[in-house]
Amino acid sequence: MSSDLYREQIIDLYENPLNFGELDPCDFSYEEDNPLCGDVVRLDVRLDSNRRIADVRWRGEGCAISQASASLLTEEIKGMTLEEVKAFSKERLLELIGVPLSMARVKCALLSLKVLKAGAYGIPSPGEMRGEDD
Amino acid sequence: MFDVMTVRADFPILERETRPGVPLVYLDSAASSQKPYQVIEAMDDYYRRYHSNVHRGIHELSEAATFAYEGARVRVARFINAPESDQVIYVRNATEGINLVAYSWGRSNIGAGDEILLTEMEHHANLVPWQILAEEKGATIRYLPFNENGTLDLAALPALLTERTKVFSFTAMSNVFGTVTPLRTLIDAAHSAGAIAVVDAAQCVAHLPVDVQELNCDFLVFSGHKMCGPTGIGILYGRRSLLEAMPPFLGGGDMIRRVTLEGSSWNDLPWKFEAGTPSIADAIGLGVAVDYLTGLGMEAVHEHEQFIVNYALEALSEVEGVRLLGPPATQRGGVAAFTLSGIHPHDIAQILDEEGIAIRAGHHCAMPLHQKLQIPASARASFYMYTTIEEVDKLVEGLARTKRIFRT
Ligand SMILES: Cc1ncc(COP(=O)(O)O)c(C=O)c1O
Repeated sequence: MSSDLYREQIIDLYENPLNFGELDPCDFSYEEDNPLCGDVVRLDVRLDSNRRIADVRWRGEGCAISQASASLLTEEIKGMTLEEVKAFSKERLLELIGVPLSMARVKCALLSLKVLKAGAYGIPSPGEMRGEDD
Repeated sequence: MFDVMTVRADFPILERETRPGVPLVYLDSAASSQKPYQVIEAMDDYYRRYHSNVHRGIHELSEAATFAYEGARVRVARFINAPESDQVIYVRNATEGINLVAYSWGRSNIGAGDEILLTEMEHHANLVPWQILAEEKGATIRYLPFNENGTLDLAALPALLTERTKVFSFTAMSNVFGTVTPLRTLIDAAHSAGAIAVVDAAQCVAHLPVDVQELNCDFLVFSGHKMCGPTGIGILYGRRSLLEAMPPFLGGGDMIRRVTLEGSSWNDLPWKFEAGTPSIADAIGLGVAVDYLTGLGMEAVHEHEQFIVNYALEALSEVEGVRLLGPPATQRGGVAAFTLSGIHPHDIAQILDEEGIAIRAGHHCAMPLHQKLQIPASARASFYMYTTIEEVDKLVEGLARTKRIFRT
């Protein structure tokens, strides 16, 4: 029954995610989906007086890989500066996930990082941009 | 007599393993079917022995290529019972066929305030070209809803087909629900409202006998790659009077009669719509694919798929947590889309892949359908004439394993 991809850790995080929830108020918040798969991740980030990540919460829906990745990422970035967050590499997140991913699944795994960086750079959420058009 | 093991022997890919000791279980034919060796060899033979451009050479090779390319058109025309083969236009795929109609017919016949009727269960290929057209012309798109069981809500049709409706374009078989739609009813309804009827037969032509004269449709499109043929070739069938009145879609070589620096005049059907060097090998491959299907008999293909889908729906419905999408087996083709409670379709597909089982996970290019069902995605197993009961059993076992891994 062993599965390379779905190690205990991934399934555990899928069932019991870390840092799941919302932060209100927060310093930035960003959401994006991966329409191809139907994965969606939203991140709320609060900074301390030194512009370090004081707290972070995420919520979303989707496959086990995208959801486990959000748990691992949010756990890892606590205490980092914004500059460190902006420099956080894809490779580092993939390493944290630690299971071999096919090309199609790398996108799922990296969704939370994409959301984090867009938020850190202050890009408006796609939802909000659409909202302004309406 | 139809024998699935004999049929399988025609498909070289079905012998392969995805990993050592893990045989391929290909349950994704609705996305693209596999190819019998007859098709592969015909294309190989063309490239090895008589490749050259068509309609352009006086030499031996060009004659042979043109003969094979045009011969395939005649076979396709017979396969769908088109009155004449010049009403059969080569395109790249079903998507390009619908775009051709939307651009060429649509731009000369749709104006502000006109209405385009589609259904809620269309593939994006039969949504987006019309949305682009409607936006450009100030036309309105209306949608025929589907019922909870994935059949069309025919009671809503009279109110949606008005004197403003210029075109009704719909799928002949849903690529998610598998629903076979009542084509004659829909086409007749369109005509009595004064609209033309466009049939997206991308799924249907591969799985059911189709007779365009009996259907009396105005346009019908499909893709070669879903019906044992190669990628890169599809068909647009059209009513002669409409095709003749339509302006060209793309301009260039082959589609002209005469070109001067002041302007050009158009070639006859079907070449008016076939600008540039076409997909010659692919057209030849498609001709062999329709021969292959005719040899098996579309009735026999359909019967086998009914047997498989019936079995599959029953077996899947016994898996705890499975929600099946779509109508009973008698109303559908060889497609079984489902969700599994607590497990995302991507995860299902990935775990099945470890066992060599290929299914599709996602929205299958039908996002509005999934939005209406309020699910982000679904898993889809689809069947063809080479699918066996044992493969369906492996799917069901794979789902049990998926559930064990996810502890559900
Ligand atoms: C119902 C339906 N229409 C249209 C298409 C588009 O086919 P193609 O991508 O070959 O153009 C598909 C294929 O997925 C389909 O299932």
